[in-house]
Amino acid sequence: MVAQKKGGGARVSEDAEEQSRQRLQAILLADSFATKFRPVTLERPKVLLPIVNVPMIDYTLAWLESAGIEEVFVFCCAHSMQVIEYLENSEWYSHPNLVVRTIESHKSISAGDALRYMYEQQTETSQILGDFVLVSGDTVSNMPLADLIQEHRERKKKDEKAIMTMVIKKSKSSPLTHQSRLGTDQLFIAVDPLTKQLLHYEEDKIDLAKGSVCLEKSLLDGNPSVLLFNDMQDCYIDICSPEVLSLFEDNFDYQHLRRHFVKGVLVDDIMGYKIFTHEIHSSYGARIDNFRSYDTVSKDIIQRWTYPYVPDINFSGNRPLKLGRQGTYRACDAVQSRSADVGASTVIGYGTKIGNGDIILNSVIGNGCSIGSNVVIEGSYIWNNVTIEDGCEIRNAIVCDGVKIRAGAVLQPGVVLSFNVVVGRDFVVPAYSKVSLLQQPTTEDSDEELEYAESSSGAADHLSGVNLQMESKASELGPDGAGYIWEVCEGAHDEEWKHSVASIPKDKLAEITQAIDDDDTEDESVLPPSGELKSDADSINTDVNDPNDDYYYFEKEVEGTFLRAIDENIKVDLVTLEINSLRLSFNMESADCAGAVFYSMMKQAVDTPHNSASELYRNASSIMGKWKELLGFYVKKIDEQIEVIMKFEEMCQESPKELGPVFTQILHFLYEKDVLQEDAILRWAEEKAGADEADKVYLKQCEKFIQWLKEASEEEDEDDEEEDS
Amino acid sequence: MPDVQSMVVEFVNKLRKRKIEGSQATAKYTVELLRSVISQHRVPHANQAAALIDAVKAVGEQLVAANPVELAVGNVVRRVLHIIREEDLSLTTAAMAGLDLLDASDDDDEDNCKGIGYPAMSAAVVAAARSTLRPPSLQTLLEGTPESATVPYTSSSGADSESKTADKSSITRKLKHDVIEGVNQLIHEIAGCHEQIAEQAIEHIHQNEVILTLGSSRTVLEFLCAAKEKKRSFRVFVAEGAPRYQGHLLAKELVARGLQTTVITDSAVFAMISRVNMVIIGAHAVMANGGVIGPVGVNMAALAAQKHAVPFVVLAGSHKLCPLYPHNPEVLLNELRSPSELLDFGEFSDCLDFGAGSGSPLLQVVNPTFDYVPPNLVSLFITDTGGHNPSYMYRLIADYYSADDLVM
Repeated sequence: MVAQKKGGGARVSEDAEEQSRQRLQAILLADSFATKFRPVTLERPKVLLPIVNVPMIDYTLAWLESAGIEEVFVFCCAHSMQVIEYLENSEWYSHPNLVVRTIESHKSISAGDALRYMYEQQTETSQILGDFVLVSGDTVSNMPLADLIQEHRERKKKDEKAIMTMVIKKSKSSPLTHQSRLGTDQLFIAVDPLTKQLLHYEEDKIDLAKGSVCLEKSLLDGNPSVLLFNDMQDCYIDICSPEVLSLFEDNFDYQHLRRHFVKGVLVDDIMGYKIFTHEIHSSYGARIDNFRSYDTVSKDIIQRWTYPYVPDINFSGNRPLKLGRQGTYRACDAVQSRSADVGASTVIGYGTKIGNGDIILNSVIGNGCSIGSNVVIEGSYIWNNVTIEDGCEIRNAIVCDGVKIRAGAVLQPGVVLSFNVVVGRDFVVPAYSKVSLLQQPTTEDSDEELEYAESSSGAADHLSGVNLQMESKASELGPDGAGYIWEVCEGAHDEEWKHSVASIPKDKLAEITQAIDDDDTEDESVLPPSGELKSDADSINTDVNDPNDDYYYFEKEVEGTFLRAIDENIKVDLVTLEINSLRLSFNMESADCAGAVFYSMMKQAVDTPHNSASELYRNASSIMGKWKELLGFYVKKIDEQIEVIMKFEEMCQESPKELGPVFTQILHFLYEKDVLQEDAILRWAEEKAGADEADKVYLKQCEKFIQWLKEASEEEDEDDEEEDS
Repeated sequence: MPDVQSMVVEFVNKLRKRKIEGSQATAKYTVELLRSVISQHRVPHANQAAALIDAVKAVGEQLVAANPVELAVGNVVRRVLHIIREEDLSLTTAAMAGLDLLDASDDDDEDNCKGIGYPAMSAAVVAAARSTLRPPSLQTLLEGTPESATVPYTSSSGADSESKTADKSSITRKLKHDVIEGVNQLIHEIAGCHEQIAEQAIEHIHQNEVILTLGSSRTVLEFLCAAKEKKRSFRVFVAEGAPRYQGHLLAKELVARGLQTTVITDSAVFAMISRVNMVIIGAHAVMANGGVIGPVGVNMAALAAQKHAVPFVVLAGSHKLCPLYPHNPEVLLNELRSPSELLDFGEFSDCLDFGAGSGSPLLQVVNPTFDYVPPNLVSLFITDTGGHNPSYMYRLIADYYSADDLVM
């Protein structure tokens, strides 16, 4: 007996039995809310696109059914009529164990909208009773769900705030392109190793050049240990509690499940809600997000990682193919010429004819295709009822239903031919081009744009209209062809190879390797900055290293503090307190403080408008006179005083025209104000005596002053001696 | 009727999703399903047997198509069909024998039976027809004379007890009744095949012997335990049966029952075989030529056994006897399971990255479930009816199946 729908009253009782008897529900988003599969998705919803000759949604539903889900809400948006029609004609509507309900909404343009719509519906009908599985209709998986849902429920019982469990799977990303197998960007996640709580989720903002990821410090405060992964793949399978729906309702700006919702929960710490992760090991789980993942998942299916959802098993009303040696799947009525060479990992559908001398490798060929003689098909996906005439060459392409490829045409890697396109005789379709009978929409608002053309009937009219137009108009695909070659939207062109069905070309890989090598050599000389841009002056310095880098920021901070002190007239002891705390946080010596404080003062003096050197001197002396105590606080020791002089000299070297003339004067001033002792100045002079000529400019400038100091001290010494004796 | 239909759909689903495993479980489920199909099928007045056969065949085809590798399903369907044919035949002969007797006693009924269309025939002729229909097996040859004598006797007495007017309907009801009776017997037989086979254990396992087995089989477990219960002391080597490691489970069970058990890797089979007195394995299916479909690795064990002249014994319940001949069994009668049983996807995911590199997968993983052992490597089959030579299998199969059902 299937549990009857429970009313609102039943929901109140929370006892364990009630929970376990609750029917397992899932929300399936039959729309990707993205445009990555364009132009194909203009004519057919993504979930109905065949992957290894079976529509994607069948994989998802078959998996949900066998995982024990009893009720699925299929949320249809783009081309909803097509999805509903397909489901009505499929065996899913009459399935004994699985109730499939469709929900239609044309207004939703994102996953967030869809869930908000569900929530609104939910308040009226209360269809979602408890925890549910949230997947998108392009998920291929064979993982068991019942245990995971149980685990989620138990966790929820213990901790009210655990609202979501996210499924992850280990999958290394390419070290070169920082791209996962599925063509998505490398994912960084931080997980608490004990509780499996998700602490950090970083998908798209990783700076690959630096290879670093920023974690919040608070993350380490709350957790004794954090596991950081960069080899995990997000399966986009989530077990959610009903709170998730209401969260979406509350935060109406959430659009994307990961970018907004997960980040929102993690970063903004909404009501202390927590997300947990579950790693699957032996089961498979992947989402078809772009053409690259279409290719990867197809190959995984052919290699049987998705068992039992493989072509030779009739898992959802598909006609099973026969598995032969070398992983070739062949329909029993496919006709193949004796001279044709059908290589490993190839799928050939029902009613397909393969002509003489064809070479077919690593490809999937749909039902009812007819392939002429001497055709080469490699790594491509040919859908149903495609006609390929003699001598064509097709490499790493996707060819949709009803396409005609006339004799001698060549499809270069990465080509996507949408429905019913005709490629003219001997025409060469350039690499990565996307061809459709529909013209490219001119207004490309954003990548969140919805993929649908009003209603299905409207789309059909539109289509036929275009067809007529095609006949009259000269085609972009040769004289006897039909179809528009879509222009790649600007900016995306460089990225095209990343998400294409074609594997990354050798030269691109070489380019990336080269770039990385270059980076490495650079790295040897200059360590990458750990934050904002550096000033030019610093990068000229060849021996920049980490402490210096820190010092630079420290100096900036001190300067800021000092400016604030001037503006707001803060007391000296408060300023010292603040600078001291800065010193501690940057882990600096007190000598560094002295240098930095002096630097800030001089900077202030230079920045105050002045016309001549004497005016500058007056500025400087007034500031230093005013903040003598502050400076005095830091320049107590000889070392610190020397540091100040060095700093001053450095500043003078940087802007010799301004500060050069006043060097001696300010030095003298500092001496007079008892900030600098004569010992320090003399020691500095001694140190500098052995330096290069270029470095001695300022030493020479104040030669007289030093001479005078020396004499004075000698005199003093003599006096002392005299006194002593 | 809808009830049966939903049961069929559910079972088909389970078979498709590979959720039901093991030939005994499948066989049991299949035969129980077919019993309810038969019991709920409304039999027309004319040609009941054909109607039943059609009904069973229709369901059977669905089941076989759902998982063609699970041969036990097809076997059981054929067995049930065979039972229907047998019962039909015995009823017909009985009816004819009864009519014949009636003919002698009462001539009035002659028009009646002519209208029905049964030509008057002597009981001996019918019996002869019956024995020709079934190819002469060793058993029938040996038991031939008493059978032909008993059949008319029992059936005529049955016919006698029934009234003449209710003749037709009683035949209908009786056919269904008899078929269900036969199917029940089959259920009983499938459920009891372990005990039947285990009973013979004492004749095959001797004191202080070393037995090697591979993978896990309930039949083998019962067989070994039966010998143990009869106070035979012997050792068992269990090859673990990678990649599913069902040998580990078997070893656990054996130890729980107090048997001396040694677990070895599959690759150590050849090294250990010289110490082994007998190899005993459980079959997934036995083909008509005497070849065996068993868990992967069995062929290797059989070759090792042959090399060292160790007897290779296969245990198989009668529901595992398949009337088909294997053509290309390594591929066509095999099931390739998920590579995740061999490799951890995460560890090897960089080898499976199609985006970088040539685009074709350099790493292929093949994980077959079954192995085919050619008949010349098998020393003995032990079924619930006793021990048999591989070359005798086709005769045994002829006893269980009608030639008409071989191709469904």
